[in-house]
Order: sequence, then C-alpha cells, then structure tokens
Amino acid sequence: MKHFTFRTLSLVSMMAVLAACESPSKVAPTAAVPVETRSPVVSAAAAGGTSAGAATATGTPQSGVSTVNLTPRSGAGAGGAAAGSALMAAPTQRVVYFDFDSFVIKNEFQGLLDGHAKVLTRTSGKRMVIEGHTDERGGREYNLALGQKRAESVLKSLSLLGAPEAQLEAVSFGEERPAASGADETAWSRNRRAELKDR
Amino acid sequence: MRRQAQRALPAVQEPTKKTLHWPRRRWLTAAMSTTAALAWPARGQLRVEISGVGATQIPVALAPFREESQVGVALAAIIKADLERSGAFRVIDGEAGLDERSTVDLPAWRGRGADALVAGSVLRLADGRFDVRYKLWDAVRGDQLLGQSKVVLQADLRLAAHRVADEIHERLTGDKGVFATRIAYVLRTGKRYTLHVTDPDGEGGQVALASPESIISPAWSPDGKKLAYVSFETQKAAVWVQDVTTGERRMVANFRGSNSAPAWSPDGQRLVVTLSQGGPAQLHTVPVAGGAPTRLTTSNAIDTEAVYSPDGRHIYFVSDRGGGPQVYRIAATGGAVERITFTGDYNISPSISPDGKQLAYITRQAGAFRLMLLEVGATAPVPLTDTRDDESPSFAPNGRLIVYATRAPGGDVLMTTTLDGKIKTRLLSTGADMREPAWGPFGR
Repeated sequence: MKHFTFRTLSLVSMMAVLAACESPSKVAPTAAVPVETRSPVVSAAAAGGTSAGAATATGTPQSGVSTVNLTPRSGAGAGGAAAGSALMAAPTQRVVYFDFDSFVIKNEFQGLLDGHAKVLTRTSGKRMVIEGHTDERGGREYNLALGQKRAESVLKSLSLLGAPEAQLEAVSFGEERPAASGADETAWSRNRRAELKDR
Repeated sequence: MRRQAQRALPAVQEPTKKTLHWPRRRWLTAAMSTTAALAWPARGQLRVEISGVGATQIPVALAPFREESQVGVALAAIIKADLERSGAFRVIDGEAGLDERSTVDLPAWRGRGADALVAGSVLRLADGRFDVRYKLWDAVRGDQLLGQSKVVLQADLRLAAHRVADEIHERLTGDKGVFATRIAYVLRTGKRYTLHVTDPDGEGGQVALASPESIISPAWSPDGKKLAYVSFETQKAAVWVQDVTTGERRMVANFRGSNSAPAWSPDGQRLVVTLSQGGPAQLHTVPVAGGAPTRLTTSNAIDTEAVYSPDGRHIYFVSDRGGGPQVYRIAATGGAVERITFTGDYNISPSISPDGKQLAYITRQAGAFRLMLLEVGATAPVPLTDTRDDESPSFAPNGRLIVYATRAPGGDVLMTTTLDGKIKTRLLSTGADMREPAWGPFGR
C-alpha cells in the first residue's frame, strides 16, 4: 500500500513539474484525423489558349487555376431525430451572450445550461455542438480563438452540471457568422455569443 | 532603400537630376500626388489606382508595343502599371510606332526627361503562339541594356508583360520584380465566399474555391503550387491544402475544436497550425503529407497566427499570455519564447519580410487597426497607413511591397504599399468585400 502510494505520488509530482515547463511534446490527437482526398467538383480548367486563325497552339498555360465548387449542404446542422420525449425536451433557449472581451457565463444563463445538461445526461445518444462567436472588432484568427474560449466555457459549465463531455464539441466561428450586422454596440452585443445546436 | 549605383543608370546622380529637372519634377509631383485612375478596356472587374510620390523614381519612357492592339492585350499599359506600382519608376508615355528594331533618338528621349526607353512588339507565329520582344535602352549613356524575346501561348500574354516589367525592374534597380507573382485573397459576395488567385495588378483573377461558408487565412506553399487555408464548410474551422493547378484538396487538420492559421515551413514539408483540442488555442506543427501533430507552445493563453522566419529557424506568433495579444518568437524546435512587440496593448497578424529583418503587423490604437512596420530587435514601429481598419499584411517576395486589406467607403479593399508608406496602390472591386490577401512566392 505504502509502495503504491509513493509511486503514485512521485508520478503525480513529476507530471506537475512537467506541466509547468514549456517544452514541445508529442501528443496523439484526441480524435482521428479524417485526412481525406475529396474528388473536387472541378469546373472548367484554366482559360485555354485557343485562337481564331489558321493554327491553334496546344499546351498548358502557365497561369492555370482549377476551380473547386462547394455546394451548400442540405439540412446542415439540423441534427438527428428529436431527443427524447416531451418531458425531456431541450430548452428552446439556445444562445448564451457574453460581455466584451469576456468568457464568463453570466448568472442569467445558468438555467438554460442546466436544462441542456439534464437532457444530455439522460439521453446518452444525444450529441450537441457549441458554436462560439465574437463581434467583428479585431483580427479574424484572434477572434476565432476568442470564440473558441467562449464555446469551451459553455462546455465546461455543461460538464460541471453533469453532461458527459463525449457528447459535446466546442467549435468557433470567430467573427465569420454574425447574427447581426452593424458597427455599434447593439449589433456587437448580439454577436458575442455561444449557440448550442443538436448534431 | 539601397542605392544600386553599379546597376542603376550611371548618370542618375541626385544633384544632376535636381539641377536639370526641378521644374518638371515639381509639375510631375503635383500630377502624381493626385490619384491616377487607370482604365482597362473592359477586362475583368478590377482596376488599379496608384497614388503617392516616391523618394527616388527612375523616369522610363514606354511606347505601346507594335501590334499589341491586334492581340487584344495592352502589354505596355500592364508594364507601365507594374513599374509605377513598384514605387521605383515614373513612366513617360511614348507614342506608338516604335519597336525593338527601331533606330531610336536617345538624346531626344533624354531631353524629354527619360533616363531609359522601352519599346517592343508582339508577333503572332505560324504555330499560333506569340513572340513578345522588347529592348531597354539607357538614354543617358546612349546604349542598349536589354534585348529579350519571349514565345508564349495567348493565355500567357499578360504573364509575358509582367515578366518584361520584372526584367526592367531588376535591370534598373538591382532587385527582382514581383509582377509575375500571384496574390491569393478571399472575396465575399452576399452569402458566397471565393478564394481567388490573381496577378498583383488585380487582373487575371481565377477562382480556386467557391464555398457557401467562410474561407480565411490562405497561405502559399514555398513552391507556389499549393494553398493552405481554413474552411468552415464542415461547420467548424479545419485546415485544408489544395493544389492550385489541379484543384485536388485534402484536410490536413480536423481535430476536436478549431483548426486554423496554417503557415508553411520554408522546406514545404510541415505546416504550423493553431489547434484548440479542448483547451485554449496552441501552436502545433503537422506534416503536410498528413500525420500526428507535434505541440510547439504550452501556455495557458491563446497562441495563434504563427509564421516561420525565412531561414526556418524561428516561428513568430501572436500570444495573449501577457494580457493583450502581442507578437512573440520561438525557436522552430521549441523552447524559450521571446517577446517582439512592445508598443501598444494589442498587436496581431505578423508577416515577416523575406530577409527576416522586418515585421509587418496590425496594431490597435484607440479602436483603430493600423498597419505597422517594425525592424526586428528594435522597439519603435512605424505606421504605414492612416486608415482605421487594416488587416492581414503580407510581404511581397522581394521584400519591397506589402499587400493588406482595409476598409473603404464602398467595402473592404486590397492595397499595396511600399515600405516607406509613400506609394500606395488600391485594387478596386465592384461592391464585393476583399480580404485575407496572401502574396505568393517567385516562380509559378
């Protein structure tokens, strides 16, 4: 017993020391990497060099760019079948709003999160995604990271309320999907948000 | 700006120029400082505006190329716009009728204020290709500096004109021109996003990717053949790599959470990316061919927007570990982190010059986002613009120009600027928002 405890303690303290250091380490991905080669829907290739006249020169122009055309997904993000019975219906409120530069979840949203957490806990097949957003001020990549922090903050709250993390993913759209357009605080406050969606 | 005394026209000495040409220079200064719009003959929807006066501009006379109206590509106009955009030249329009075989009266051109003269022609060959020929004369010394011929397909006539401009630029300044390179950028029209590849004059634009969801952070591979970018097509941020010529594409980072901010290592083998993976954004490197990521930073803050130094030994990135976002630097193999920006409390979007000595980035000052230039190791940055919504700077591969996005009354536009901030070019578009420019490398 003592031996086991000592070994555990030294392992734990070693890990604590390592965690405090900044050094590169190899980490296995927490999710599989679906590195796929999609066949592109390639439309007409680069402008060919056809000339009206006696001779037409063949050959590949040096300026060639192929176009990949993505069509909108039908029913994107709509999610699967209704989760559970009417008794266990998810709250209709699905948006948490944030103050400027903040990831703190205000008290007024605790009820909403509690409701969702209960549904997730009792329906093991239900999956949700939390999408974080920012207002349009600032750089796109930095805002993507800020939006991610908001989504993670909501995920953490749900997890503390009992929702299994395996049923959740936090992602970010940064400033790319504003709910409201405009360059004033009314619009900005409506864009600083995290949305809970069924998957 | 370096003085290329050996390669520039020998008679171009500052005192001589001032004595002979001051009245003309003053008139030209006034003319140049107003915005000069160049109209293209109904080719594409982008036009270019150039404004500003550079410190030292070599006056070059340029005549329309013989037969260029027959082939439908305004070669001389393309060359003129390229030379003026570089900030190093002032073009004097010559009359039609000259070509590379003409006997030219160089003293007369000198009398008109030109230090050099360019004339050429384009000839359609029997096999359907086109022969673009030109000569560059030194009007001061009275001799020929360059004589070139390029045989190209019709689709490459614009590219041939850009290459002519590059050769003139290099012969007269000593630095390679960037007119035959490409710029990638994202266009948003309504609810549609397109990733475009275009010549630096904004023409010849082609679409690499069209998507109903946002595309951000395009990054050219060092060989100019691929683009990495972030696409939200799967309802989250994932990093893709696409072959520009074939359109073949694959996801290289699609881990839990957001995957973004790709940048290529100089050897083209790895990408540094920002992954969240259940925590705050952190830097990782991944092999371009696919495989597990290697974590690079281990802070509890946001670390993102990484770019490699040109020698591959360092990675510059943005971190808010000190409170607000600032630019830092870490050895590419990991280790100690060094802070680079010290002025202001919000500094993002670094771009490093090809010689590794200059850093362009965006600073937020009193709510305005402005493009700044900092010599690495110094503390005092220099603002390059007086606009308020600058984004995403990217150095040209010769280190003499920076492309960036900014907001204008009509929408978001792309601009280029010289490093002294004096010559600016605006690429106009018709009502669509242009953002996220990335300047491609030499060689197509």
